[in-house]
Amino acid sequence: MSFRKLGLGFAAATLLAGTALPALAQDSVYVPLFTYRTGPFAGSGTHIADGMHDYLRMLNERDGGIGGVKLVLEECETGYDTKKGVECYESVKGKNPVVVNPWSTGITLPLIPRASVDKIPILSMAYGLSASARGDIFPWVFNPPATYWDGMSMIVKYIGEKEGGLDKLKGKKIGFIHLDAAFGKEPIPLLQEMAKDIGFEVALYPVAAQDMQNQSSQWLSVRRDRPDYMIMWGWGSMNGAAVKEAVRSGYPMDKFYSIWWPGEDDARAGGAGAKGFKMLNWHAVGTNFPAIQDIQKHVVDKGLSKAPKDKVGELLYNRGIYNSLLIAEGIAQAQKITGKKVVTGEDVRRGLENIKLDPARLKELGLEGFTDQLALSCNDHNGHRAAFMQEWDGTKWVKISAPIEPMTDRVKAQLDAAAKDYAEKNAGWPKRTEACDKAS
Amino acid sequence: MDILYKVFIEPFLFMGEAPDLLVQTLWEGLVSGVLYALIALGFVLIFKASGVFNFAQGIMVVFSALILVGLYEKGVPAFLALILAAVSMLVLALVVERVVLRPLVNQPDIILFMATFGLTYFLIGFGELIFGGNPREMITGQLLLPQGTTEIDALGGSIRLQHLDIAAAVIASIMIGLLAVFFSKTRIGRALRAVADSHKAALSVGISLNQIWVIVWFAAGIVALVAGIMWGARSGVSFSLQIIALKALPVLILGGFTSIPGAIIGGLIIGVGEKVGEFYWGPLVGGGIETWLAYAIALVFLLYRPQGLFGEKIIERI
Repeated sequence: MSFRKLGLGFAAATLLAGTALPALAQDSVYVPLFTYRTGPFAGSGTHIADGMHDYLRMLNERDGGIGGVKLVLEECETGYDTKKGVECYESVKGKNPVVVNPWSTGITLPLIPRASVDKIPILSMAYGLSASARGDIFPWVFNPPATYWDGMSMIVKYIGEKEGGLDKLKGKKIGFIHLDAAFGKEPIPLLQEMAKDIGFEVALYPVAAQDMQNQSSQWLSVRRDRPDYMIMWGWGSMNGAAVKEAVRSGYPMDKFYSIWWPGEDDARAGGAGAKGFKMLNWHAVGTNFPAIQDIQKHVVDKGLSKAPKDKVGELLYNRGIYNSLLIAEGIAQAQKITGKKVVTGEDVRRGLENIKLDPARLKELGLEGFTDQLALSCNDHNGHRAAFMQEWDGTKWVKISAPIEPMTDRVKAQLDAAAKDYAEKNAGWPKRTEACDKAS
Repeated sequence: MDILYKVFIEPFLFMGEAPDLLVQTLWEGLVSGVLYALIALGFVLIFKASGVFNFAQGIMVVFSALILVGLYEKGVPAFLALILAAVSMLVLALVVERVVLRPLVNQPDIILFMATFGLTYFLIGFGELIFGGNPREMITGQLLLPQGTTEIDALGGSIRLQHLDIAAAVIASIMIGLLAVFFSKTRIGRALRAVADSHKAALSVGISLNQIWVIVWFAAGIVALVAGIMWGARSGVSFSLQIIALKALPVLILGGFTSIPGAIIGGLIIGVGEKVGEFYWGPLVGGGIETWLAYAIALVFLLYRPQGLFGEKIIERI
C-alpha cells in the first residue's frame, strides 16, 4: 500500500470519527455498561447485564430515551476481572460517559481515585467500598441503597431477633463463608467488631475463586466447627455450589443466610434440600409491574434483549433493573437541575445526589411497590435503606420478614472511621470542593 | 511452644477425639482424588502419545459436559445425548489432529504446548458462544446416577456418604481400569506405547502417528466427558470447572507425566492431602490453604523425585 493510499485512508477514518463523535455528544447520552457474560461469574453477571440493558433500552424504545435524549448503550465485558474492568474504564472514559457501573468490588476500588479526576461518577449499587457512602469524602462514588456493612448488620440483627434478642447471641458461633476476594472480605471487620461487642464467635471459611466449585473442605470444616448460623458472601458459581454443599453436608438450611446476591438458579442447585435457605433483598421479583411489562413489550418481545423470556422478572434480572433505575433517575435529576438535555458526568453526579424515589415517583415510573423509597443527599451517597429477608420455598423466593433496618449505631462509627482512614492512607486525597445543591 | 503444640499435637489429638470426622475427611479426599486422577489421566494419555502437555484438558471437561447438557436441553434423550457428546469428542480429536497437530509435527514441544493453549481459549470462546456463560445443572437423574445420602452412625458420630460420590469413585475406577487394560493388552495400546517411546521407531514399523493421535485425543475426550459428568453432578457445570482441572498439575508432578498408575496414586495423595491439610491445619492460618497445599506437596516430591513417583527416570546422554 502506498503512503498516499494510507494517508487517504487515515484521513477518511478521521473524518468518519469526527462526524460520529459530535452526533454522540449532541443528541445522546453515553451510558457504558460493564458486564460479564463470560467466565466463572457469568452465572450471576448475565442476568444482571440483561436487566440493566433491557430497562434502559425500554426507555429508548418507549420514550425515546430520557427527557427526549436517546441513551447510547455500550457493554464492555470485564469477565469480573479487575484488570479488564480498568481497561474497560480506560476505553470508555474518552467517550464522555455519564456514569460507570463497575459491577465488581475489585474493579470499583481502583476506579475510586480516578473518578474525581476524570469527573465520572461511579455507581456501585450495594457493593464496593462501604465507606464510600460518605458523600463528603467520596463525592464521586455512590453505593445505594445499602452497604455491605448495613447488610451484615441486618443479617445479625435478624438472627438475634430469632434468638430472642441480640444479647442471646452471646456464646453462639456464626460461620462466615465468603469469596476470598475484596468483595467477600469487605464485611469481615464489622462482623468481628460485632462479635467482640455482643460476645459471639466467628469462624471464617474463605473460598478461593479457583475452588468455587470445590467447596467440600469448607463444608467439612463447618461440620467440625458446628456453627449455629452460617452467613454467605458469595458470587457467581460459588453461591450455587455452596447451597449444594450445605445440603450435602446436612447443614440445617433454615440457619443458612446470605447477602443479597444468590439468584434462583443458585437456590435451585440445592434441589429440594435447599428449602429454607434465606437471603436479604430489597426489591420485588416477578414481572407484575407496568415498567417490567413495558420491557417485555418493547424489548423482549421484539427480540431486542439477550434474556430468555423466562428469566425476565427473576431476582438478578430485576436487580439489573434496579441498577438502571438509579442510572435513569440520576440522568433525569441532572436534566432537571441543570436544565440541559444532554448532561455530562458532572451533571449526573449532582443528579444522583438528588435522587428521591418516593412511592409517588415509583408509581410514575411504573414500579409502584417494586422497592422501598430511597433518597440520597450531598453527604449520604447510600441511603442505608432497610432490606427484608426472603426464603427459598423449593421453587421460588418468599418474603418472610418486615423491613430490617441496618444497625446504624454500630455501622456508622465504623463507616466514618473507615472513610477517614481511607482519606488519610491515600495521601493527597482531595477535600470535597463540589458544591451541594440546595435540594440535597 | 504453643505453635508447636498446635501444629504437631493438637490435630492428631483431634483425629483421635473425632474419628468419624477423620474418616469423613479421608473419604472426601479420596473422592476428590479419584476425580483429580481422572482429569490427570487425560493429560497423561496425550503426553504419552505425543509429548504434548495438553493445556486444553480442563476446558475439554467443561466443553464435553456442556454438549451433553445442552443437547438434553434441546430435547435429545439423555443417553443419546451422552453418545452424541462422545461423538463430538471424536470430532474434536479429528479436528485437533488435522488442524493443530499435523501442521505442527516436528516442531519443538513448546510450540505444541502453546497450540493447546490457543485451543483452550478457542474452546472457551466457542463454548460461551454456543452455550452462553450460565452454569447448568448436570442431568444426574436422567443418566440414572444415584442421588441421596447414606448416613452411617459409627465411630462415635456419623459418616455421610453421598451415593453420587460412591458412583463417581466406582465409575472412575472402572474407567481407569479399562484404560489400563486397553493400553497394555490391545494392539492399539501397544502401538501407542511404541509411539510414546519413539516416534521414528514407531513410524519405521508402520504405525500411523496421525491415527494414534486421533485415538489418544478421543480417549482423553472420553475421560474428560466422564470427569465433566462427575464434577458437574457434584457442583454444577460452568466454565469455572476448568480451573479445577488445574489441580491435575500437582497430580502430574507427583505421579509423573507418563504414568497411568502415577496419575491414580498422585490423584489420591493430592486429594486426601489437601482435604486433611485444610481440615486439620487450615484453621491455624485462617483457612484457605487447600489452594496451594497441593502444589506444596507436589514440590516436596519434586525435590526428591523430579520424574514423579512413577515417571520414567530421566537419563541424559552427554
